[in-house]
Amino acid sequence: MDRIKQIYNDEKLLKRLHEDKDITIEDVLENEMVINMGPQHPATHGVLRLVLRLDGETVTAIVPELGYLHRGYEKMAENMSYVEFIPHTDRLDYLATLCNNVGYVLAVEKLAGIEVPNRAQYLRMIISELSRIASHMVAIGTFAMDVGAVTMVMWTFREREKIQDIFDRVCGARFTTSYTRIGGVASDFDDEALRMTKKIVYDLESALVEMDKLMLGNKIFIDRLEGIGILPLKDAIELGITGPNLRASGVDYDVRRAKPYLFYDQMDFNVPIYSEGDCLARYFIRGDEVRESVKILKQLLDKIPQGEIRANDPKKVLPNKTEIYSKMEKLIHDFMIINFGINPPVGDVFHSVENPKGELGFYIVSNGSGNPWKVKIHSPSFCNLQAIPLLCKGAMISDVVAIIGSLDPVMGEADK
Amino acid sequence: MPKSDFMEIKELITKKIKDRFNQAVEEISDFRNDLCFTIQKDKIVELAKYLKEDPELEFLMCKDVTVIDWAARKNRFTTVYHVYSFKLNFNLRLKVNIDVDPPAVETITSVWKSADWYERETFDMYGIKFLNHPDLRRMYMPEGFEHYPLRKDFPVIGIPGSLPLPNKAE
Repeated sequence: MDRIKQIYNDEKLLKRLHEDKDITIEDVLENEMVINMGPQHPATHGVLRLVLRLDGETVTAIVPELGYLHRGYEKMAENMSYVEFIPHTDRLDYLATLCNNVGYVLAVEKLAGIEVPNRAQYLRMIISELSRIASHMVAIGTFAMDVGAVTMVMWTFREREKIQDIFDRVCGARFTTSYTRIGGVASDFDDEALRMTKKIVYDLESALVEMDKLMLGNKIFIDRLEGIGILPLKDAIELGITGPNLRASGVDYDVRRAKPYLFYDQMDFNVPIYSEGDCLARYFIRGDEVRESVKILKQLLDKIPQGEIRANDPKKVLPNKTEIYSKMEKLIHDFMIINFGINPPVGDVFHSVENPKGELGFYIVSNGSGNPWKVKIHSPSFCNLQAIPLLCKGAMISDVVAIIGSLDPVMGEADK
Repeated sequence: MPKSDFMEIKELITKKIKDRFNQAVEEISDFRNDLCFTIQKDKIVELAKYLKEDPELEFLMCKDVTVIDWAARKNRFTTVYHVYSFKLNFNLRLKVNIDVDPPAVETITSVWKSADWYERETFDMYGIKFLNHPDLRRMYMPEGFEHYPLRKDFPVIGIPGSLPLPNKAE
């Protein structure tokens, strides 16, 4: 009211304004504005809708709305066999498809109690790490693009493209890989694929140095991110944040280290940790993780053993295609697994793996039949998005874009 | 983590929960090394608080909340909670059996804030009412949607007409 008095200092006019019920006095500067961001917005990395309440340019409240990409994969999983669901895991986190494939089959193998040959486990680790690098490349590139550094995305996508070529050679597809099978993997790495992997591992280091030179000499980029969207350690744990975002807030938690699956306990690598918890820390940590992945890949390429790529467990593991056409028993087993499923024992398991976005867990309930009774996907992007109301409160509207980019959500996974 | 340590932690947790909630524990299961406690419905918040605040346990992170729909069983729904302790490096599963009428259980958002969205999602998919939840809205489905898609009586192909379509041109 005081402001209005200042503006309308004519007493007579002010009195009239008060008495006349048809006139409402509105001061634009004293009102909050509600605006809608997304679901189709270039900075929301998919179809995330945010409803913002703004006071000038400051965000006073923010509500994320999810569900624009909800396809009901948990429902579909209940109506298909364990093997059939593998291609659908590609569509969860579509930037790190192979990590999802590995996570799902590990959960099923834990449920059914299948031992997998060493070479298959090594191949799974190699593709997981390659996939992690590819995903972080997208994360770094698009994050930089969100805050205005458009060149970066070209450079990171160039590196990612080389990794996609390896996937193309090994899995037969660049994007929808569906590479793992229950009890092993679909196909072996040939010499050419191994050579390509070696090349990318040794090329990547110089590329990372180049990228650092590009971004870290840029004062505008640093100023836009430093001290923005600070996620304190306590809140990060309380909100269930996982993955790089949790480690950027100072928590030493990586599933590969805490609960080693595959052969990660035999690998020598560091878990990078930052204590700042701001957007810049979340940017750095992804670069550091790529370097650690390169380190793991080098060890894997040195150590990878020869041998089978699928377990010898005919009742549970699909046989090789060439054997199906030549051996009667294999044909019968193939028919039984495809039509009736692998029938794991009654029970429920939770198995989680470290994905580029965070901890991806599968909770599978079996009632002994060929279809899972229930599959629950604990997706990291979903959990990480829960931090948005906290991070964006009090931030400027342009910081919201930086904060979303730094959390690196993938809506395919958050919406399931 | 060495295997013996893991067994020790398991025994510690089992003992602590048994000592404190002896009457309320309905079932303890240990399938494929996943320790799981089934607890009475009215004790879940108390147990959650105890697990989080006990200095020896410190289950600081709630990873997941979901529901299993058993379709043809007396207690039709089972709520499942996954909690994690950084101190013990241990994943623990808690279960609560709830009946279909009314499908309601006390919320654990007062203990773990992250349960907010997990419970919203569970409500959206199964129609479980989490009592005293701060913001129990649908997570994925539109506001006006009447059904609960992950219940076993909801068909996979969906229910025709359950989602309003644009009107036909005149």
